[in-house]
Amino acid sequence: MKRLNLLLVFVLLLSLASVSVQAQNVIELRMTWYTDGNEDQVMRDLLDRFEAANPDIKVVMDVVPYSAILETLPVQLAAGEGPDMARVTDLGGLAKYYLDMSPYLSDTAYWEENMGPFLKWMRTPDNDTAISGFMTQLTVTGPYINRTLFEQAGIEVPSDTRADVTWEEWAEVTRAVAEATGTQFAMAMDRTGHRFAGPAISMGAKYFNDEGKPMVVGDEGFRAMAQMLLDWHADGTMPLEVWAGSSGSYVAANEEFINVKTVLYMSGSWQIGQFAKNIGDAFDWEAVPNPCGPAACTGMPGGAALVAIGTTKHPEAVARVMEFLASEEILGEFYARTLFIPGHLGLAEKGVDFVTDVEQAKQALSVFASQVGKLDPIAYALQAYPFNRVIFNATRDRLTQAIVGELTLDEAITRIQEDIDAALAEAGR
Amino acid sequence: MPKNMFNTLFSTVYSAIMETVGLLAEPIQRWLGTQRMGYFFVLPNMLIFGVFILFPMLLNFYYAMTGGTQLFPQDRPFVGLSNFERLFTCGDFLNPNTCVEDRFWRAVFNTIVFVVFQVGGMVLLALITALILNRKIVGRGFFRSVFFYPVLLSPVVVALIWKWILQRDGLLNALIVSLGGERTLFLLNSNWATFWAIVVSIWAQMGFYMLILLAGLQAIPKELYEAADIDGANSWQSFQYVTMPLLMPTMLVVLVLSLIRAVQVFDQIFVLTGGGPGTSTFYMVQYIYVTGFSNQIQQFGLASAASVVLGLTLLVFTLIQLRLGRTNAY
Repeated sequence: MKRLNLLLVFVLLLSLASVSVQAQNVIELRMTWYTDGNEDQVMRDLLDRFEAANPDIKVVMDVVPYSAILETLPVQLAAGEGPDMARVTDLGGLAKYYLDMSPYLSDTAYWEENMGPFLKWMRTPDNDTAISGFMTQLTVTGPYINRTLFEQAGIEVPSDTRADVTWEEWAEVTRAVAEATGTQFAMAMDRTGHRFAGPAISMGAKYFNDEGKPMVVGDEGFRAMAQMLLDWHADGTMPLEVWAGSSGSYVAANEEFINVKTVLYMSGSWQIGQFAKNIGDAFDWEAVPNPCGPAACTGMPGGAALVAIGTTKHPEAVARVMEFLASEEILGEFYARTLFIPGHLGLAEKGVDFVTDVEQAKQALSVFASQVGKLDPIAYALQAYPFNRVIFNATRDRLTQAIVGELTLDEAITRIQEDIDAALAEAGR
Repeated sequence: MPKNMFNTLFSTVYSAIMETVGLLAEPIQRWLGTQRMGYFFVLPNMLIFGVFILFPMLLNFYYAMTGGTQLFPQDRPFVGLSNFERLFTCGDFLNPNTCVEDRFWRAVFNTIVFVVFQVGGMVLLALITALILNRKIVGRGFFRSVFFYPVLLSPVVVALIWKWILQRDGLLNALIVSLGGERTLFLLNSNWATFWAIVVSIWAQMGFYMLILLAGLQAIPKELYEAADIDGANSWQSFQYVTMPLLMPTMLVVLVLSLIRAVQVFDQIFVLTGGGPGTSTFYMVQYIYVTGFSNQIQQFGLASAASVVLGLTLLVFTLIQLRLGRTNAY
């Protein structure tokens, strides 16, 4: 009996040691992730599949608020304490921290062929061949409308008959709908310079001077759109809560749209998933083509990418995870389940069979996908500019000051330029 | 366990610990001498203070004199006083629009207004409440608890509760509208937002200072009031010549603490108003946070310079108050 006990203890110790050795052989990678809708669940599901096929790699997802991606992650990266992979939106601004996976990828041509235009957004000027990640979503900014309110008001949706509806026309017609239906606001726009940029470019904003330097002073298109934004807040077309109600951070107006407080909502394609979930078919919501100005009818491109971080201790393992996730089949499934516009040319051409029963979501996806080819070249240039958030944040904060009367519009535009110049000077030290 | 056994066990463990400490301390005492042994005992505290307070403070001074966006001090170019120069370049110091860093000066003025009204209002209310609750009134214990409960809430919770009350479709507007009044944008009008930022802050913190003042009031000997009564002093005279002089040291503690806390205001107001509308409730700590962390190009140097200015201002205020306290000591 004593011998049997000893044998049992020995076997137990042996199996514990074997588990421990196995655990030591597993590479643990960390992925910092943020989520707008269900993409954290979909990604986890895909990673589980990867781990089942690759038992030597384990990927831990750290799901953080979006603000942590903007504010905390850059400090972590600068300190060399970043994760192995991260989902980011400041693609160019953080490019110096990315890992060039080219030496570890089995088929770089696949990446160039299917993701070429977007890889440029993730590169630094000194390495124009780097492959650092793939787009988890391509986004396009544009407006949503509440069609049910139009029907209740007995007013025709202007884009049903014409493609070139201007911002002024949308403002007028949505005001009429709001008045007829008792809706609080005609229009709302997320509090960010990125959302403002599309309409501004449509109004003729150039954003850059002839030397390619950011310049908003003397930019008549920029001024025209800024004036409209001020007027819409002054006359109650837009809710003060979104732009005026804050001082230095991004504010989304999606709750206003979901709760039927606004007729039109200027946001972007990434809202489709959560609208499908939170609105469903409670009312008829849909995306409409970007309104026009004298210069264009454009929104802004953008998106989020999953990038490999240069400080990883396991570049080969990271590349294996990324290759799996970026493969056409897996990425196609990710886009289909998250309702994201594909940032993969092959999938965009073939078309993604989006997993949703909500007709409104399918319509919105179709509208936003059709907008990709219609975006203005200035919009692409602005999105590719590595310090574009400096321009966007200065625009957001200074125009807010003009909305509440702390600055005149001209003072605000001068301050935007000063903020941009000061930040760029600091970055150049 | 019998009491004796517990005592024996305790004294054995205690002796073992003390002997271990003695093993370490005796050679040090021989080396340092008895006179200087005190330094050895405060060393752990000084080490913690040095590593977690003094060193970051000195590092902050250094950062304030560097530029660029690099995180590590050795990578950052030395720029001397240019960050301070940027903060203090103004056409007219009373008009933030004429300043290079206009938002810094807006934050300074907003902070001054906040500190004056918040500290003034809170100390006054805390004093009145403490005086009332020091009397033998019905439900005294209940009211003491009620006034203290908000102190136990997290600043974020406080801000969210008040946001639900004050927003456009909030409870207060619902009440006003039901009484036939007009909806007011409490958080979207500059003056209202400033007013409510102060009120909410007072509501959240007053209980703490009330409790300190209450303790101060209870420490005043009853005999003094009896003597004043015999001398024919009325209630006001008792308050003026007995209560206030003896409460002054406690008042000073309350003033110093509340002033420091008011200058550091951030989290609660950030959740309540986001610093808006515009920059109406944008205070100094938010300026430091925004400049250093929430912009794409993180200007650590400028943010550090602003925090040095904030720290020095606090130091000056505290020294003035301590000086006044000494002058007025009874």
